[in-house]
Amino acid sequence: MMSDKINARNITDNEFFYGHKACAGCGGSLAVRMALKTLGERTFIALPAGCMSAVGFNFPQLCFANNAIISTFAGTGSILTGMAAGAKALGLKDYHVLGMAGDGGTADIGIQALSGAIDRNDRVIYICYDNEAYMNTGIQKSGLTPFGARTTTTPAGKNEHGNLKNKKNMFEIVAAHDIPYAATASIAYIEDFIAKVKRASEVDGPSYIHVIAPCPTGWGIPVDETINAAKKMVDCGLWYLAEYYAGEFHLNRDPKEFTDVSEYLRCQTRFAHLTDEDIEHIVEGRDAKWAKIRREWI
Amino acid sequence: MGERKFISGNDAFAEGIRLAKPNVISAYPITPQTIVVERLSEMVEDRSLKSEFIHVESEHSAMSAAIGAASVGARTFTATSSQGLLYMAECLPYAAGGRFPIVMMNANRSTALPWNIYGDQRDSLSQLDSGWIQMYVEDAQESLDMALMSYYIAEHTDVMVPVMVNLDGFVLTHTYEAVDIPTQSQADEFLPTYVTDNKMDLDNPVNMGFSVGPADNEEFHLLHHKAMLRVKDVVKEADERFKQIFGRSHGTMTQGYRIEDAEYILITLGSITGIAREVVDELRDRGVKVGVLKIRFVRPFPHEEIAALVKGAKAIGTLEKDISFGYEGTVYTNVNSALIRNGVLVPSYNFIGGLGGRDISYEDIKECFGTLIKGNEEKEVWIGLGVVDDVR
Repeated sequence: MMSDKINARNITDNEFFYGHKACAGCGGSLAVRMALKTLGERTFIALPAGCMSAVGFNFPQLCFANNAIISTFAGTGSILTGMAAGAKALGLKDYHVLGMAGDGGTADIGIQALSGAIDRNDRVIYICYDNEAYMNTGIQKSGLTPFGARTTTTPAGKNEHGNLKNKKNMFEIVAAHDIPYAATASIAYIEDFIAKVKRASEVDGPSYIHVIAPCPTGWGIPVDETINAAKKMVDCGLWYLAEYYAGEFHLNRDPKEFTDVSEYLRCQTRFAHLTDEDIEHIVEGRDAKWAKIRREWI
Repeated sequence: MGERKFISGNDAFAEGIRLAKPNVISAYPITPQTIVVERLSEMVEDRSLKSEFIHVESEHSAMSAAIGAASVGARTFTATSSQGLLYMAECLPYAAGGRFPIVMMNANRSTALPWNIYGDQRDSLSQLDSGWIQMYVEDAQESLDMALMSYYIAEHTDVMVPVMVNLDGFVLTHTYEAVDIPTQSQADEFLPTYVTDNKMDLDNPVNMGFSVGPADNEEFHLLHHKAMLRVKDVVKEADERFKQIFGRSHGTMTQGYRIEDAEYILITLGSITGIAREVVDELRDRGVKVGVLKIRFVRPFPHEEIAALVKGAKAIGTLEKDISFGYEGTVYTNVNSALIRNGVLVPSYNFIGGLGGRDISYEDIKECFGTLIKGNEEKEVWIGLGVVDDVR
């Protein structure tokens, strides 16, 4: 795939998302900011109920410099379809239709509409900013909350050590639709994320990017540790940077060795209760996943 | 002149939508609405209608996509029924509060449980507070005409509120009648091209669908309410314009039949009105002063018009295919409120029938008039069920 590389030197100074009320150290707002800088002012963005709509659309303090709308919680995929169809029918030229939804808005309540939008082959870009729980409502478990994480609905007690389920595999669920372009990303690897947004914008059809965007409030990390935590997650192998296009998976980054999983987990209060056995279980899961990735994607 | 065709209510509605030329149609199938979206997909395929036809995966997405299309300034249509209407219910106040002039056809159908695909009006009446204009039509011709006129009303700068046009499931949607189909040039003369500032515009970016806190929230609702209250003037204007171009009139917010000197008036909604007119003719022939008042719009509710029209009656009855469990029919509640609000005191009865598609016969309607004339201690009468205690 061809694409003029955007980097720290040549990225626009224009800002499209500012004056908002996001928490200090918010990873999601960085993902929105960089996506809009990449796509530019002729972007229609829809955001469902969730952190970014809660912090960005408080009348009269409206924070998007481009066209923006809050969608229904479940309706990100379908409002994008409608926007794309309306823009096409009215003969608009040179624009992007972008949706940015959180992990719950994507993997739980919005998965049906997302599946529909991909199935319809709409020319829309869908970015899931994944902070691994319903952070806006106060850190409740979503389908993308990882094993072991303490949330306000998966308490860490004597009988249960936080969330008992593994993270839903949205990237491969989306890829299974035979989508023209899908990718995983992390705000710690911001140039990689930007490049993927750019590639997504060049696809004549639907595209999906799943970007990990830590939430200091929900993860229990200092507000200046957002990027470090995101980086540790990739470097210890609990997240991976990959793409799917032309019917094939492509691994972008294959670390020779992983950093310490327990160091990643221990830096966050949401994992503070985990026992050595719990961590061993997480490491086993990671190793099994990477064995499969290396067997099938490289 | 256009042509005259023998078609169903659904077909007629689809013909009306073709004449209105929506930019975007989003649709999910549900009985008994399906034929209208099938026809529209055929019209898009044969290029007699230039629209983007979106196959959505649910009714929630049907309305969500309609909102998306309207948010960029597109004229938009969708259609649903019953469970589908309830499934998209979250999106209804969303579309209305966003002041997106979407038009939706609803094929009135019973709601589960018990499951039933036949017609009653409990689906749409449950959504009266969603902020949509609600219209009920009587026959296939009115279906076609209102498909066209609903856009005129919805998109009027004094209004900018979505319209739900209700057709009785099967009784109207699947019944064939002779319908005059206007020409495209007539339709174009009637319905102006949709132009709005209430959209996301590449040359003038806006933020839409935002949050408004307690300090400013009520103002938005008051503006919406006032727009709804202006609908009755816009309907009058639309009907006059319609009559000039098409030579037909459908009345104002209500349509009376032989009510000028009527002592007993039956208030109706939708397709049952036709039989009620025939009953009125028979009773009038026998010297009984009866009439029918068809309510065409339940939101906004024409309370002054209704109160003024029934003021001189000895008794009135509201015949409806609805029950708000534990109280009474919702239209009846609204009618009684209209009477009180306008200082009109007339004995007022509630005739509940047609639930789950149960037939309301000519004789049943005659009995309704009989009850109005004789008087009855119990104000709520379930048509054809006799003593309610017998039903267990």
